[in-house]
Amino acid sequence: MALSGIQIYKLLPQTNCKECGFPTCLAFAMKLAAKQVELSACPYVSEESKALLEESSAPPIRLISLKSDGYEVKAGNEVVMYRHEKTFYNKPGLFVKIKTSSPEADVKTLAQRIQEYRVNYVGIDLEVDGIALEDDTNEGEKMKNAVKAVRSVCKKPLMLFATSAANLEPALTELNGESPLIGCATADSWEKFAELAKQYKASLAVMADNLDTLAELSEKIKGKGVEDIVLVPHGKNLGHELILQTQIRRLALKSNYRPLGYPTLAFCQTHAQMAQAIAKYAGFLVIDTFAEELAYPLLVLRQNIYTDPQKPIQVQPGLYEINNPQPTDPVLVTTNFSITYFSVANEVEGSGLPAYLLVADAEGMSVLTAWAAGKFDAERIAKAVKAVNLDAKVTRKRLVLPGAVAVLSGEVESELPGWEIRVGPREAVDIPKFYKQVLQAN
Amino acid sequence: MPVEVPKEKWPGSVRTITLGALPSEGGTRKRVVTVGGETAMPFMHFEGEIPNPPVVAIEIKDRKPDDWSPLLLETWKDVIDDPAQWAAAAEAAGADLIVLALSLTNRNGEPTSPDEAVASVKAVLRATGLPLIVFGPGQAEADNALLVAVSEATKGERLALGICEDKNYRTIVATAMANDHLVTARTPMDVNLAKQLNILISDMGLPLDRILMDPTTGALGYGIEYGFSVMERLRLAALQGDKMTQLPMIVTPGFEAWKAKESKVGEGVPASWGDWLNRAINWETLTALTLVESGADIVVLRHPESVKRVKAAIEELMAAKSLVS
Ligand code: SF4
Repeated sequence: MALSGIQIYKLLPQTNCKECGFPTCLAFAMKLAAKQVELSACPYVSEESKALLEESSAPPIRLISLKSDGYEVKAGNEVVMYRHEKTFYNKPGLFVKIKTSSPEADVKTLAQRIQEYRVNYVGIDLEVDGIALEDDTNEGEKMKNAVKAVRSVCKKPLMLFATSAANLEPALTELNGESPLIGCATADSWEKFAELAKQYKASLAVMADNLDTLAELSEKIKGKGVEDIVLVPHGKNLGHELILQTQIRRLALKSNYRPLGYPTLAFCQTHAQMAQAIAKYAGFLVIDTFAEELAYPLLVLRQNIYTDPQKPIQVQPGLYEINNPQPTDPVLVTTNFSITYFSVANEVEGSGLPAYLLVADAEGMSVLTAWAAGKFDAERIAKAVKAVNLDAKVTRKRLVLPGAVAVLSGEVESELPGWEIRVGPREAVDIPKFYKQVLQAN
Repeated sequence: MPVEVPKEKWPGSVRTITLGALPSEGGTRKRVVTVGGETAMPFMHFEGEIPNPPVVAIEIKDRKPDDWSPLLLETWKDVIDDPAQWAAAAEAAGADLIVLALSLTNRNGEPTSPDEAVASVKAVLRATGLPLIVFGPGQAEADNALLVAVSEATKGERLALGICEDKNYRTIVATAMANDHLVTARTPMDVNLAKQLNILISDMGLPLDRILMDPTTGALGYGIEYGFSVMERLRLAALQGDKMTQLPMIVTPGFEAWKAKESKVGEGVPASWGDWLNRAINWETLTALTLVESGADIVVLRHPESVKRVKAAIEELMAAKSLVS
């Protein structure tokens, strides 16, 4: 738990020697509490105090990072139970499980698909994070061969799971310079796993079906010198998993309970487990199968839940030209909420039809929300038209309003004399049809 | 190593609301549905009561809808032009209750008349023993005309009538009050607007245990995070004791997810979107499940496969009670 300036002061030499650049130890302590200086600026702090101060400044949920050549996936460092309290920071890593019993050709094909999978959502490219290999034959050689097969086509970070730690060692020798995750250590197997994790600088997943055992295991493993720990609370059903995940997050944040101050991992078979893991606290997800139609919504859900609620994702208000419009082409109006903008822009672009897209400043809200909040009205629309000097850009003055704000058409007409105001469809997906049937017809 | 888990003890709780009335209570329902009553955040059985599971409603229309995804038209094709058969099929698909959404126009393209609306509602009530929610077409004048007729013709059934919004709620609330029905109150993803509308409605004299609140959600990819957080904040406020937020929440992930391009369109989309039907169902399922995690008491869905998945999840979420108490 973060210490106050006074608590920190008590741990300093209290000699006011000024070498840190501050007039007194207390002044330095205050700056430390505000995280504006580094402890190392004081050359006289005792080893004992140093350890205490470092321990107290450690984040309540340890940051774990899995790395491979060119890739890094992070989990931990979260600070709230509910995203509206601040934000969730590190999007849970999405890993796809491949069993080592699969034929090598299949392993390669799937690994390649995972390496290449990329989907665009509101202008952002989303990707799957890595592969989790599971030793289901109890043969270390198979694991090693699977790692080689994966690495021949896929560079993303790896997780290696086996019942016996010994089966992972041959594979780990293949992953020089990487930081994979290995597991799952249990009450019976933790010692061997801890040794291996230490030797190969891997993160270690620890599994138990209750918090008492999980805490005990993580402490023992830490005692062996392994600190990059990931907790796997193995619930008996979906509801039990939710409770365990919530309790771990709460103990870490509210009680600063160190034995459970690590990110978690969830093995997911059902859609419910996946949605829950993303919404409720998992640091990593391992899913059993890969399919585009599943990866896409999961990546989007993760993107949504981990959006900073304090910063609505906006686009720059202004005039956007799509498909090279001419002065006779129509002007479509929308708001600067990025999801709204991209829905509309993608439709127009995909249709190949030329149009101007006028993005009004609605403070980053969607059409309906902005309208309800008074941020998207006739006045603002007219202002947007004038701001980009539209009168001079188009010869046929046609302005298309989103169908959801059809009620505004009269007011917009009086605000913009000389303009023909049309009411478009409510949903962006219907724009191409509307364009062809209504705008091109007359 | 025994771990001491801190428990949240909340002063407030969510109201318990029952939809539908049995013959002994003045209605004709074979089953009623009770939601609400929570004294803890969703499924936190170890520190409070979650007495009633969230329920799943299936949305049907009074005639073949004009703007639904072709996938849904295919799914319900045998019953889609007959609300009674559709209701029965929805019940068979596992619905806990039915949402009948009235159309603005009838099969001939003329405005739906109050008589037609009443006929559809009565046919649905005869075809299923489940409680019923009736939504107007979403235009103030039509909503008022149709819902008043429906409300009067079904006095005592404890239907839920919707959708009340801040620009149009008085007529619907008045008729619900006079005919022993409930209302659903929708506000656009904002805690204060939700409270305000609940205050306006209860100020008219409708008891709070006859109001379901619909905080609105966006679909996955279209603003679900706003709906998710507003629901969490409303539920936290309810548990902290804010009376005007202590209402069970209804949301319509089916409506939202199925109007998304991902569900509506099968061709000319990126290959990275994968198989259309599975993608569409995943879209609805993941939207609904995420909202169940944030406190939804009633989720309104459209596809039977989503209903199956969401119901199975709710069962497991409730079953955890025996593991922790
Ligand atoms: S250097 Fe250390 S001992 Fe000297 S004034 Fe600064 S904090 Fe105090």
